Amino acid sequence: MSKLSPVLSAHWDEADSFTIDGYRRNGGYNAAKTALDMDADAVIQLVKDSGLRGRGGAGFPTGMKWGFIPQNDGKDHYLVVNADESEPGTCKDMPLLMANPHSLIEGIIIASYAIRANYAFIYLRGEVVHVYRRVQQAIQDAYAAGLLGKNINGKGFDLELVLHAGAGAYICGEETALLDSLEGFRGQPRLRPPFPAIAGLYARPTVVNNVESIASVPAIIANGVEWFQAMGTEKSKGFTLYSLSGHVKNPGQFEAPLGITLRELLEMAGGMRDGHELKFWTPGGSSTPMFTQEHLDVPLDYEGVGAAGSMLGTKALQIFDETTCVVRAVLRWTEFYKHESCGKCTPCREGTWWLVQALKELEAGRGTSADLDKLLDIVDNIAGRSFCALADGAASPIVSSMKHFRAEYQRHLDLGSCPFDPIASTLFAGVHS
Amino acid sequence: MTTDVAVEMITVVIDGFEVTVPKGTLIIRAAEKLGIQIPRFCDHPLLAPAGACRQCLVDVEINGRAFPKPQASCTIPVEPNMIVKTQLTSPVAEKAQKGIMELLLINHPLDCPVCDKGGECPLQNQAMSTGRSESRFTGVKRTFEKPINISSQVLLDRERCVLCARCTRFSEQIAGDPFITLNERGALQQVGIYEKDPFNSYFSGNTVQICPVGALTGASYRFRARPFDLVSTPTACEHCASGCALRTDVRRGKTLRRLAGDDASVNEEWNCDKGRWAFKYLSSKERVASPLVRGDDGELREASWPEAIARVASGLTGKRVGVLVGGRATVEDAYGYSKFARVTLGTNDIDFRSRPHTDEEAAFLASTAVNLKITYSDIDKADHVVLLNFEPEDESPIVFLRVYKQVRKRSLAVTTVAPFATRGSEKLNANVVSTFDQVTNLTEKSVVLVGERSAEVPGLLSAIAAHTTAKIAWIPRRSGERGALAAGALGNVLPGGRPVSDAEARIDIQSAWGVDSLPTEPGLSTSEILSSLNSEGGLDAVVVGGVDPADISAEALGQLLNTFVVSLEISHSAVTAIADVVLPVAAVTEKAGSFLDWEGRERSFEQAIEGALITSRSDVRILSMIADEMAKPISLPSVTSAKKELLSLGKWDGKSAAKPAQPKSAPVSVSGNEAILTSWRQLIDLGSLQAGEENLAGTARKAVAVISAKRAQSIGVANGDLVKISNERGSISIEAHVANISDEKVWLPRNSEGSQTIVTFGAAEGCLVTVVKA
Repeated sequence: MSKLSPVLSAHWDEADSFTIDGYRRNGGYNAAKTALDMDADAVIQLVKDSGLRGRGGAGFPTGMKWGFIPQNDGKDHYLVVNADESEPGTCKDMPLLMANPHSLIEGIIIASYAIRANYAFIYLRGEVVHVYRRVQQAIQDAYAAGLLGKNINGKGFDLELVLHAGAGAYICGEETALLDSLEGFRGQPRLRPPFPAIAGLYARPTVVNNVESIASVPAIIANGVEWFQAMGTEKSKGFTLYSLSGHVKNPGQFEAPLGITLRELLEMAGGMRDGHELKFWTPGGSSTPMFTQEHLDVPLDYEGVGAAGSMLGTKALQIFDETTCVVRAVLRWTEFYKHESCGKCTPCREGTWWLVQALKELEAGRGTSADLDKLLDIVDNIAGRSFCALADGAASPIVSSMKHFRAEYQRHLDLGSCPFDPIASTLFAGVHS
Repeated sequence: MTTDVAVEMITVVIDGFEVTVPKGTLIIRAAEKLGIQIPRFCDHPLLAPAGACRQCLVDVEINGRAFPKPQASCTIPVEPNMIVKTQLTSPVAEKAQKGIMELLLINHPLDCPVCDKGGECPLQNQAMSTGRSESRFTGVKRTFEKPINISSQVLLDRERCVLCARCTRFSEQIAGDPFITLNERGALQQVGIYEKDPFNSYFSGNTVQICPVGALTGASYRFRARPFDLVSTPTACEHCASGCALRTDVRRGKTLRRLAGDDASVNEEWNCDKGRWAFKYLSSKERVASPLVRGDDGELREASWPEAIARVASGLTGKRVGVLVGGRATVEDAYGYSKFARVTLGTNDIDFRSRPHTDEEAAFLASTAVNLKITYSDIDKADHVVLLNFEPEDESPIVFLRVYKQVRKRSLAVTTVAPFATRGSEKLNANVVSTFDQVTNLTEKSVVLVGERSAEVPGLLSAIAAHTTAKIAWIPRRSGERGALAAGALGNVLPGGRPVSDAEARIDIQSAWGVDSLPTEPGLSTSEILSSLNSEGGLDAVVVGGVDPADISAEALGQLLNTFVVSLEISHSAVTAIADVVLPVAAVTEKAGSFLDWEGRERSFEQAIEGALITSRSDVRILSMIADEMAKPISLPSVTSAKKELLSLGKWDGKSAAKPAQPKSAPVSVSGNEAILTSWRQLIDLGSLQAGEENLAGTARKAVAVISAKRAQSIGVANGDLVKISNERGSISIEAHVANISDEKVWLPRNSEGSQTIVTFGAAEGCLVTVVKA
């Protein structure tokens, strides 16, 4: 039996899943109705009780985050949805917004009601224009249906929802940089404290949640805490979207209870591409330390992955087979971090600049084993020293690849060149040969 | 609102030593109190923490729980039960700091030998303390085209920049001029300007000073000197009455640069660009190098000091003489003029005001201004600040910074009595009103900053003198005026604020000076002295200090002709050109002395350059020589003696002089294309002390005529079109700037390139002009 637990993706195969009619046909917006009949504090309590944890990477309990907003403080509150999905390998929020944007809008209505926000924002990655248009349409339809705007459902609750297109910076996925960017400033992380719950958007109490976290809320309201808790593991409750990419037969999104293993997911994805075997993989995007074959049975929940030395992250499982040069893969990721470093702090800005040059040398087989130690020492001066977590993410693939594949690095140096044929790892391998 | 609440103290342990500091103190600052220097770049005590450079990482534990990673000590305030381990006791902190330093240097060029900052560079110094002797970086450094001008005065070498954001934070947080920002990202991040908008902030020089590397340099100092070849002297700024402490750096007798000095209660650590970059006049070729005497041929020729002094003495003896002091005399020099006029010349015809002035103002100065004790800290504590005919950004920039600080910090309410909302008052979020009567919400905690231009509005200073609610401060534009007032260099005041009209006050001074009598009649004002020259029964000689006649009136220069003129000057000027005797005096860097800033606070300074030119004689010493020659000695052979004597006189504690009681004048009505002229001097303009400073002049605000939308429409001009403004004396063609100004008024800069109102119209304020499309 399949371990899939489609909730958010349950109706993706229906042609009109993205429309308001399609969404409503499957029970959409009933949860919002239920929530608006509840006491706002009771909604927060329900989400707390469910054990829902942030799906954006850090896994912070969502209900607790909502509970941090000071109530009766006479200030405006804001809900901001982080849809700036850009972690390498991560491809869950965009498909979700394409196929089921109303689940997010319904979640926003419930969350805004709970934290007593009358304005909500979706900060969407600007490059995905098709998604932007689809969400824009969904918002319009929701307004037309009286689900947004003044006096929603006649319950006296007002909510304005603004869709904002970011300008394409990875750093704006960091919540405080996102807030600066949303305010019209240059997206760079803010000094904390104050935390967004106290002084976030426009210095007002603000909740920043990932798309998937908010989109998961309606199902919890509709089906109850027990239903949700029946899925997942002890401390990682519920369902989530796992995104498989790379050298698998059927890449894509797999919605399953937390705690599933890669072995199970690979089965559902049809296994590795023919004739090849798993070499290394990331559990949650390139910022999470890589795993190897020996981690195939690690339960993919917050605790399981953490115990195995990595992080669940965005559950973006990038799968690489034995044709892939790990040094090259790490170099590519590092180039990404160098390109995306915002420049605010020294270790990230200068460190990623240096790491790319160092890795290029190593990939070309230039250097000695002392240079490998130097590489680790440079990383040691970057990780844990930066203003935000971007540099820690940049350090992860290097440290973890050196841990699992130092011999492969050394082989480059011994040979004086890369031992891999880069064509062999591509999709078009063998097409022209 | 600021209240004097007892500050909670917190004790923390840093490297095993306890230190007790006020709540809110940052770890890095608490460590300083113990003498523990944590290396840093982005940290600056007057800027909000950034935590950007990560150089100051230390290990922190609170209540026995250690942070998992080293923390930036410049961002974390101390807490009870906090234990901090710096690089001195934590190997993790030490390695973290060394790691950051290595990273900072990978992209930093090794051009220290040609870098202005080399020798006084925080990066250099901390690379020595915290860096490794050899770099492990063997790759390619980031390079940029260099340097780029971000203004005519500030140059940017981007590859030297460590991106600490001190400059951008200063510009935004302190000056309110966010003209520079960080652009791009990652290692390509760089400081930049909007391409059409250069860094024309009045305070841009501070960014050069606080840049911890050589990324920002000043065009006029670039490549001129090595810091270790400079001799530094603490000085005071002579440019305005803000009272900045400065540092003058001299090499081989030449001033090469000036920096803002530290004075927490006055200028904190800042100054304005004029104070920093206008000093070429000190070493100008126009400096008067020796005494000059006009020969029978009508030409000036060099003369010896004895000859020149003898000529002055013979020219003044038996004559009725007036004395024009000028607004930039030190207190000691002003005292010299004051005593010289009374004792040697036997007259009260002395005035330090070389600008538009009135008798009402003289009465205000003698009765009110001379006693004022309001300071910068009153601004800090004010509930409302009123700018009365006073544009602080242009006329006293440090006052602007102080008001702006409180506006940012606690939304201090500001009202400006001004014709329109200037950039400065917009930054202060000021409520603009057109007369003092319209100012409301004044309490005993409010501060009214009365600008010197208030004298130009009849009746206003009388109203101020009679005002009893708010605190009153008088802020003259020039550095010497408050001191000259205290020294009695005005027709109705004797030293120490003693009214001339008060017999007891005169006896005080008489006995101190050891003279039989002092003139009893209040003296003539500057304009009266000038018009009295060459008139029947009037004055027939004049002693002129640092005065530009064009600052007073259009006629002033002409009035100095055909009379005996003694000019005490630093440089050749309109006055020296017509003077009978020219006596060179020491400029501010060449002498000791003091100014009183607008608060009345003494700003004393020592001689920074010895014997740079022919003279290091202060005015007071030369006046003393003349007095000796005229056998009516004032016995002030040195600055020190003048200072001592003035101090010994003390302040007047008797009855104050009578307050002015001038009624308001009826409003002028205008019709058609007529307008009432209003103006003030912009900070960077044609002022004589800015002569030769081309780089500085490049950052001046553009001269424009400000007119209302209604007027613009009626004469058919749009923003940026040329208008012609004229009266019977002359005209000015200038770009129009349409703003929210009264339909009846037109504003012009008073003394800027292309707009000199006194020279052109014979007036600076209140006169009728015609405005038409040019």
